[in-house]
Amino acid sequence: MRLTIQLFAAAKQFAGKGKIELELDERATVHQLREVLVAEYPELRLLLSHARVAVNADYALEDQELRPSDEIAIIPPVSGG
Amino acid sequence: MVQLTHNPIDAAAAVAHVQTSAAGAVVLFLGTTREFTEGRQTVRLSYESYPKMAERKLAELEAAACERWPIAKCVLIHRLGVVELGEASVLVAVSTPHRKEAFAAAQWLMDQIKKEVPIWKQEQWADGTAGWVHPGTEVNSADSP
Repeated sequence: MRLTIQLFAAAKQFAGKGKIELELDERATVHQLREVLVAEYPELRLLLSHARVAVNADYALEDQELRPSDEIAIIPPVSGG
Repeated sequence: MVQLTHNPIDAAAAVAHVQTSAAGAVVLFLGTTREFTEGRQTVRLSYESYPKMAERKLAELEAAACERWPIAKCVLIHRLGVVELGEASVLVAVSTPHRKEAFAAAQWLMDQIKKEVPIWKQEQWADGTAGWVHPGTEVNSADSP
């Protein structure tokens, strides 16, 4: 399945764009998404090790399975305030 | 009430919103753009968010605070885009029957905003460089603007 992933802040800067597309196996998990993302965008490795993944605008667990309709975002450590 | 805005934060309006005869205490917190951080000079900050999730997380924090303290009214506002020196980037205003709960709720809300809400600041330094702030990482995103 083909998924669109939103990137923010330094993740967006390192990848050079705010949205990327990844091809993942059906029912791939958040953990597997991270592995594919690092393989295709090695410049994100350090930041990803500290980042959370959001699915449908909420923080997701690593074993959560993804669906083609999910809205996915990488959330690097936040710094509001 | 929660809000993300690209406009200057109106603190007086927020205080007026939470001030009510049901409460005996109002606490207002403003986070403002500081010029010097450990000797390094900032010229301005720029904030980016994942708006849909940030609004959702702010609303969840407001609901959680209302469960924990007897809050009469609550306003949470975060500004996005460029915030100049001395201007407010974030506002927390709460009213409660007594002052202890208002101080405690405002502090807790601000601490949680800094941990849970997907908003990021970019420091723009006086030396012309800029960098995203990602606490707890060694990520260096400094570049020339």
